[in-house]
Amino acid sequence: MGSSGFDQVSVETLSRRLLLVTIFVFVIFSMLVFRLWFLQVINGQKYRTQSENNRIHLQRLSPYRGRILDRNGELLVDNLPSFNLYIIPEDIQDEKKLLNDLKILINLDPEEVEKRLKKESGAYAFQSVLIKKNMSRDELAIIQTHLFNLPGVTTDTKPRRSYLYGDFAAHIIGYLGEISEKELARGQYSENIPGDYIGKVGVEGKWQKELNGTKGEKYVEVDAAGRQLQVVSKKSAVSGQNISLTLDKNLQASAEVILNDKTGAIVAMDPCNGEILAMASSPSFDPNVFITGIDKTEWNRLTSGKDYPLQNRALSGQYPPGSVFKIVMALAGLEEGTITPEEGTLCTGIYTFGNRDYRCWKSGGHGTVNLHRALKESCDVYFYKLGRKLGIEKIAYYARMCGLGEKTEIGFDSEKPGLIPDNEWKLKKYGVSWQPGETISVSIGQSFVLVTPIQAARLISVIFNGGKVYQPKIVKWVGDENNRDYSEPVLLRELKVDKKNLELIKSALTAVVNEQGGTGSSARLMEVNVAGKTGTAQVITLEKEKELEEANESSDRYEDHAWFVGIAPAEDPKIAVAVIIEHGGHGGSAAAPYVKKLIKEYLGVDK
Amino acid sequence: MFDRRLLQNFDWILLLLLIIIGSISLINLYSATFPIRDAGGSQIVIKQTYWYLIGFAVLLMMTTFDYHKLERLAWPIYLASLLLLVLVLIIGKVSSGSQRWLSLGVMNFQPSELAKISIVIILSQFFSTHGEYSDYRLRDLWQPFILILLPFLLILKEPDLGSAMVLAIIAFSITLIMKIRWTSLLFLIVTVLSSIPFVWFTLKDYQKKRIFTFLNPESDPLGAGYHIIQSKIAVGSGLLGGKGFLKGTQTRLHFLPEQHTDFAFSVLAEEWGFFGSTFLLILYLFLILWGINIAKNSKDRFGSLLAIGITAIVFWQVVINVCMTIGLMPVVGIPLVLFSYGGSSILSTMLGMGLLMNISMRRFMFQ
Repeated sequence: MGSSGFDQVSVETLSRRLLLVTIFVFVIFSMLVFRLWFLQVINGQKYRTQSENNRIHLQRLSPYRGRILDRNGELLVDNLPSFNLYIIPEDIQDEKKLLNDLKILINLDPEEVEKRLKKESGAYAFQSVLIKKNMSRDELAIIQTHLFNLPGVTTDTKPRRSYLYGDFAAHIIGYLGEISEKELARGQYSENIPGDYIGKVGVEGKWQKELNGTKGEKYVEVDAAGRQLQVVSKKSAVSGQNISLTLDKNLQASAEVILNDKTGAIVAMDPCNGEILAMASSPSFDPNVFITGIDKTEWNRLTSGKDYPLQNRALSGQYPPGSVFKIVMALAGLEEGTITPEEGTLCTGIYTFGNRDYRCWKSGGHGTVNLHRALKESCDVYFYKLGRKLGIEKIAYYARMCGLGEKTEIGFDSEKPGLIPDNEWKLKKYGVSWQPGETISVSIGQSFVLVTPIQAARLISVIFNGGKVYQPKIVKWVGDENNRDYSEPVLLRELKVDKKNLELIKSALTAVVNEQGGTGSSARLMEVNVAGKTGTAQVITLEKEKELEEANESSDRYEDHAWFVGIAPAEDPKIAVAVIIEHGGHGGSAAAPYVKKLIKEYLGVDK
Repeated sequence: MFDRRLLQNFDWILLLLLIIIGSISLINLYSATFPIRDAGGSQIVIKQTYWYLIGFAVLLMMTTFDYHKLERLAWPIYLASLLLLVLVLIIGKVSSGSQRWLSLGVMNFQPSELAKISIVIILSQFFSTHGEYSDYRLRDLWQPFILILLPFLLILKEPDLGSAMVLAIIAFSITLIMKIRWTSLLFLIVTVLSSIPFVWFTLKDYQKKRIFTFLNPESDPLGAGYHIIQSKIAVGSGLLGGKGFLKGTQTRLHFLPEQHTDFAFSVLAEEWGFFGSTFLLILYLFLILWGINIAKNSKDRFGSLLAIGITAIVFWQVVINVCMTIGLMPVVGIPLVLFSYGGSSILSTMLGMGLLMNISMRRFMFQ
């Protein structure tokens, strides 16, 4: 045996040590197995979920937003392709070169691109960062041809809201905007996620739910490099529903042309069901700017300043109705028996009450006038006296019955109710009770009375449709070709008045346009009987005007608002139109011709 | 002169264990390298099969001589391995910042693999000729210390911290089998622990980062922590029975990094679950216990120490690699012996297994 052989002691020592080693090995392996048990069995489901999250990515499929059409099916709002440029930071080979290339090719500001890359990257690997939205077709073509030379760059096409006629019916259609955190928190936009564009105002806003459609989901399997391997499951997006407006595209266009260089509003309505045929407000705006991006100066121009183009004057412009209010006065007087149709009243041009003189617009006076003539020639003194006899509460009662002083509930949040004052209101607002003198001003639609153009259009409709107060409607149907959900006319109330009295007023309003001496003769048409009422709303009191004239400061700003509400054909009304031109002057000359033009066009009698 | 008893004593159990582990390795490798889209197997499985075949040839070759010859050859082998470690620093292939491989045309060879075996041989030779299993004092151990230090530093220079640590642990294991005076051991441990702060400053940034990442992988899930997180997900998501062969999503979609080399065990764990991964661990346990058994049955101290050293090589590398894949250790780049893809590792491990078998076959022979 050599020196390296074993003696008995050594064998025992070795055995003892190897036993310790064996125990040690067992302990270590038990630890490993325990750890595997911990990972695979105790926490296994957690890791299984994580491995699924690794490989399955959820892609949201945006639904196609519903189109908006006019009442005859003419397309007003569509979705057009928007070409977007993305960069996947992980795929960039030479950032400097790429930024330079993009500057040369499509004039992208390298600093801007760098900023976007820095801001957006890092959520997960191979996430594409949006660099430029809404590239032109030319830009897209340039990028496409150089794509092989631009590692990291990708493009895609997404539908983009497109308002085909720019500012056409902008106040009604509204616009889209990116959903805000507040809106998300409110929970009513359950279909939407941050980054989505939702309707903010107008039809886009009010019918957001119907237009939006339902998001689809696509689960795709991806590998570690983010490449898609297969679609695991897919739920297609459901397109939003189309909406047909009650607007008549041509009539709307004409109304907008009329208002082009003016400030004011036009509302045309079907008197027999409340459908809005045209609703224009000027100045207007192009809703496309909210999609393509809007800069600060443009935003300021739209939201502030005296013109305030975002405001829909047809619904939220509150104006003194002027003589248009005499329609209500006549109805109240007849119904209350305060006047009879034949009874004459002397107009000397001035009505004195207390220590104040209330003037008629016709300085010499009208002589003795009955109701028919008083309406036709818009005699102020007749209605001063009538108002004095009726008192404010009765006037307010009939005004409200005709739908004034309350929102028409057409469906837009921006709508204003106007104002029909009474004693209660005065006390609440000013802490003083109603003064009889104020009633006299109210009688010719001045003082506190405020009316919106849509209320004015409905007022004349109510008289001519037999006393039916309809809720105005802007949407004709919601749905698609095969499944249209028409909205029924909503009758809010029917006036409990004597039909004879309505006939008397109708006849007088027809005389306004058609008889000798009527104030609305500029609205006269040979082919159909137009009826209507002029109105001239004082912006400031006559006394103030004099002061200004003396100070030589008279200007447009103090010019009266010109009103005309018209309806035709008088015997079977198809269209009611209210026009207000701010600082336009007299209703008979500054507003009535436009009503004629629109009626003529709509009824197709201009051949 | 060929002894018939050698054939009678041929260690079939060891051979069987190696064949089973090797087969599982090939099956697993097939899945780990299965292409996502294209049909057809991969070259890697075929290559690994060749490495295994050559490995078994090496194993048989290692049984043809009496292992006692190694006692005399210990120094030449040791010096040769040192020479190779020096050579790799001069002409070695540089890949990802380190110089670990010698290119031999048909294969790349990692001298540190050979250094592990040569240190086992020379330490076995040293301890079998220097005294009994007695209480060594530290000053008695200056020679083994130098023997370990030289290859350790050379490997550290490549740099290959993982392999250097494995070498040190293997050498330390052999030394521990010889009895060290417990006061000396305590001194040694205190010295090592107190040197940690100094070692920390010599670590490269990426090494420090790995240790940080190991301590908190979630701090950088897409960067340095990615390997650990994805491997844990792969292992954990296997549940009890696994996702099935070729159905490991972490593997197939390449979320799992280095899946045919360092993280081959994670592939197995994902596809075969707790049962499969435990089964493989039990096979390794058998192999290691069998190695200890061979050490116990060896009739001389050199044989025992050699068997223990070779078993330690397997044991520590298995433990380190598995710990690495299940998030118990930082990622140090140690492959799973006999399981990960790599000719260099397979051949040197089979060489060691051949020596183990050599000792096993000669357990009844007396000199």
